[in-house]
Amino acid sequence: MNDTPTPAELLAAAARFMRHEAIPALTGATAYQARVAANMIDIARRQIELSVAQEAEELQRLRALLGRDVELTEANRLLCDRIAAGMLTLTTPGLADHLWRTTLAKLAVDQPSYDTYRRLIDTPNDTPNDTPKNTPNVKES
Amino acid sequence: MPHDLALQDLLQALTAELSPDGGQVQRLRKLSGGASQDTWAFDVVMPHSGGAQPLVLRRTPPGATVRSGGNAGLDAEAELIALAEEAGVPVPPLVLRLRAEHGLGQGFVMGHLNGETLGRRIVSDARFALARQGLARRCGQVLAQIHALPRARLPALREASAAGELAHCRAWHISHGMARPVFALALRWLSEHCPDDDVPLGLVHGDFRTGNLMVDEAGLAGVLDWELAHVGDPMQDLGWICVNSWRYGRAELPVGGFGTLDLLFAGYAEAGGTADAARVHWWQVFGTLHWGVICESMGQAGTAGGQPQMEKAAIGRRASEAEIDLLQLLAPR
Repeated sequence: MNDTPTPAELLAAAARFMRHEAIPALTGATAYQARVAANMIDIARRQIELSVAQEAEELQRLRALLGRDVELTEANRLLCDRIAAGMLTLTTPGLADHLWRTTLAKLAVDQPSYDTYRRLIDTPNDTPNDTPKNTPNVKES
Repeated sequence: MPHDLALQDLLQALTAELSPDGGQVQRLRKLSGGASQDTWAFDVVMPHSGGAQPLVLRRTPPGATVRSGGNAGLDAEAELIALAEEAGVPVPPLVLRLRAEHGLGQGFVMGHLNGETLGRRIVSDARFALARQGLARRCGQVLAQIHALPRARLPALREASAAGELAHCRAWHISHGMARPVFALALRWLSEHCPDDDVPLGLVHGDFRTGNLMVDEAGLAGVLDWELAHVGDPMQDLGWICVNSWRYGRAELPVGGFGTLDLLFAGYAEAGGTADAARVHWWQVFGTLHWGVICESMGQAGTAGGQPQMEKAAIGRRASEAEIDLLQLLAPR
């Protein structure tokens, strides 16, 4: 087993270095590319921090929806097939809730600053997970 | 770089065609470019006055393989820009179409417009406050002008109805081999609600959105990036500009983050168009899915062997923004 710092701590330190030291010393296209790189490091860090819990919950919901004891990738394929075939629809109990929870979990990793996500997460009625804030986005140059 | 020097010399040999008195090519710089296409900005500095004419070269370099992928192609793009200019659509003026003897490849030279294309600035900077007020209506007018360009005069373009575009998008998504239940749901909805093919088809710009619109303090200065132009359902353009990703955080203003649908439709009607709100909504859902599939494709290109491109890899993770927007459209909360 490896010792600390943890992978998430290493990535956080690398992103911090890039934002506070490397990027201010860069200009133009290189500075932009470096911001993209720092954002990618953040995505990887958030996935390391959140995915174990997120995927366990996703799998539990999928098994309930599908009535099958399959692993995650296979379960998502099966869900796609059943939605495509019209066997599961938005009126199926649990489907919309599952898709929303799964999608919010993805955004918490990929783009927690995306506006649609922020609006939903900042309104108090339904908060699925802890979500890191103040994470810059991957956007246009 | 020797390559840039060669390009500089080739452009220099062209100056008599680019500018009334010829002149000196200066400040040549690359704006964007990949293996198959690049875009350059440069000035032609007049010999007597010293005034500079800013120009843009858009081309497929000699020897490069031309991308197909349903793109209009640069010759068609030049033709469309000229037709649009003639019809009163604000576009960068076409200055020269490249010919084989120019040695620059395929493409054209156009005028360089001043203004802003960055979406976030257009939707939020104070200096564009006045421009934003009239922008959605103006976009409606300009789209109606584009859609009314006579089909007989259009260059050869691919033709695709709603059903055709949906089939293509579905196949493209499937080719990525990713199981995305939200995309499956959107594909199902789009298929169940697919509009009839009995509408008159016309020229569709194909990428009319914040980011491809040059805006200055007065309003719309130019419509850029005609490479996805095709013949199809004109409502496709009205739906695409409403995709949330081009609102840059201003979700309450569905048209590009700067205006309302009522204003877009009013402008469209003023210029002789008839908007169909239900079809526009279908195309907005389609556009949101399409953007997600584009992200998937970039993500794969960004990590594939050969030349992995970092930024494309990052955009791959933006497919989930299309998922959340699709859910907001189909199962809002």
